Amino acid sequence: MQKLLGKLALTIATVAVSSSFVVPAHAADITGAGATFPYPIYAKWAAVYKEKSGMSMNYQSIGSGGGIKQIKSKTVDFGASDMPLKPEELDKEGLTQFPTVIGGAVPVVNIKGIKPGQLKLTGQVLADIFQGKVTKWNDPAIVALNKGVALPDRLIVVVHRSDGSGTTFLWTNYLSKVSAGWKSAIGEGTAVSWPAGVGGKGNEGVAQYVQRMEGSIGYVEYAYALQNKMTDVLLQNAGGEFVKANADSFKAAAAGADWSKAPGFYLILTNQAGKSAWPVSGATFILMHKAQAKPDSGREVLKFFNWCYSDDGDKLAAALDYVPLPANVIKQIQDSWKANIKDASGKALLN
Amino acid sequence: MNAVPSEITAKEMVQPISQEALAKRMRWQRVGDFVAHRVTMLFALLVLLLLVAIMASLVLGALPAFQKFGFGFLSSTTWDPVGEEFGALNAIYGTLVTSFIALLFGVPVSFGIAVFLTELCPNWLKRPMGVAVELLAGIPSIIYGMWGLFFFAPFFAEHVQPVLMDTLGQLPYVGGMFQGAPMGLGTLTAGLILSVMVIPFIASVMRDVFEVVPAVLKESAYGLGATTWEVMWNVVLPYTKAGVVGGVMLGLGRALGETMAVTFVIGNAHNIDLSLFSPATSIASTLANEFAEASGELHMSSLIALGLVLFFITFVVLVIAKLMLMRLSKGEGRST
Repeated sequence: MQKLLGKLALTIATVAVSSSFVVPAHAADITGAGATFPYPIYAKWAAVYKEKSGMSMNYQSIGSGGGIKQIKSKTVDFGASDMPLKPEELDKEGLTQFPTVIGGAVPVVNIKGIKPGQLKLTGQVLADIFQGKVTKWNDPAIVALNKGVALPDRLIVVVHRSDGSGTTFLWTNYLSKVSAGWKSAIGEGTAVSWPAGVGGKGNEGVAQYVQRMEGSIGYVEYAYALQNKMTDVLLQNAGGEFVKANADSFKAAAAGADWSKAPGFYLILTNQAGKSAWPVSGATFILMHKAQAKPDSGREVLKFFNWCYSDDGDKLAAALDYVPLPANVIKQIQDSWKANIKDASGKALLN
Repeated sequence: MNAVPSEITAKEMVQPISQEALAKRMRWQRVGDFVAHRVTMLFALLVLLLLVAIMASLVLGALPAFQKFGFGFLSSTTWDPVGEEFGALNAIYGTLVTSFIALLFGVPVSFGIAVFLTELCPNWLKRPMGVAVELLAGIPSIIYGMWGLFFFAPFFAEHVQPVLMDTLGQLPYVGGMFQGAPMGLGTLTAGLILSVMVIPFIASVMRDVFEVVPAVLKESAYGLGATTWEVMWNVVLPYTKAGVVGGVMLGLGRALGETMAVTFVIGNAHNIDLSLFSPATSIASTLANEFAEASGELHMSSLIALGLVLFFITFVVLVIAKLMLMRLSKGEGRST
């Protein structure tokens, strides 16, 4: 017994010693925390990147609010948020931010006889439904948009997120842009004071409610709607066209945006102009400190995201139904790194 | 130094030890007693310290919300994270109503289970039934939540709610409580799930205390010709009331603080509606929903204040339970 314990101790010591020799060879591992929406792709990127470079990235999906708090207190190398911080707030905290991938919210319904992509709605009608003003599916406002579609005389059950979420932020931001009534009565945020309906926890909670309750309408993250083959709704965009949520319409929303005029990439892609742009799109963001106290890990973070923007990274993102950023935006992000993220001596981390 | 001489060995029993050695041993024992006393006291004080620390951090965190809203926080039904206006009444109402429903259904059923297990159950069934009740208590609450969302709520919406609307919903006065869209979500569903969750707790405590009733008391009553019901009501219950009330309070404590299962089925809407079918919210479910993404200081502070309110409610429940027990023991020996 004693011998066995001795052996065990020796093995542990050997492992500990050898691993402590291995770690410095790759510098410190990088850590991040925040939004849950991009967690699947960040985790995938981290796993593939580790195989390639030996560098491991540890991401905790604790929610955007938590991510912002953690980067402010500098307990992580980067924070992640679905809602961009305003330029003033970035300056106050000495932070800089950049987008990584695009996603968005998709309205989904459960109406007998309605197939995916069949129902058409405008932003205004959608806002009225979620405000509890339009209460039946055969309301004249809905019928007028859907000539020839048999709509039932049934109460509309509104389903929203009960937890604070970046998806809710995009959704309410869009409704605020298209409906003055919504803007003044409810406004936008990761959680709002919902005037109607029931709240489901997470995408899966909303999806479960919508699939179970006839006559319901809810909104879920695009990738979630796609993977679960939910009955989506066509929305009228700012260009007046009824569009379907898919990779192309999300890309169109991102490409049409003028990021160069948005300081700190503070740009919310909802209600973008363009004939094929999906109106409820948005990017998810990374937050970093401008002055890096630990330049080595800061450099590793930038190297990591630089790789994520490469073709390899894009392919992985597309496989998980995230929409990669257009090339011109990536160029601007890389330029912003050079201009903004520096070590103590004021030298840019990446050249 | 060698091992502390603390136990008398067989050899010493034969050869009496010297005075000096005895004194040394006793000194050591005193030191041991002293250390044990202090260490156990430290552990006990740790509980008190933790309680005070949690209380203090809750109060500190809730301060901004109370400064802004004052006592209006407790009576306001607004919950608007965008406009930063917060009030706790919706959540307090949902918490109390769901817990009340839980006890309304949970206590009688638990009593029945305990009576059956201690008085009526054939011996061969006692053990498996008892184990089943205890197993039910060990199921994690998230399982109840998922079961509630995927199986109970749809079943409730399709088969129970329409019936309730056609029967109880037509009654005067109380009818409004059983009307509305049959979604399967809401206060009633949450309360019923909670009652399933508290039954094993209450039932197993009741069974345990019923079992400690001295057989001679029950047999005397049976000997005088009492029925099983009379024995339960007039002998067993009075003898065990402290334990029974304790069990009910344990269940109530669980119902008040239950988070995940309620979050799944209550519907998570910040409103107060007479109808038990309409979605509502509870303190614990609001915290579970909004804590991770609460960004504004006031939002966070209001959530912590909600936590403080829950703390307070549980405290009041405990105090009421203690008072009830005191009143009960005062009346002892007088009533017949």
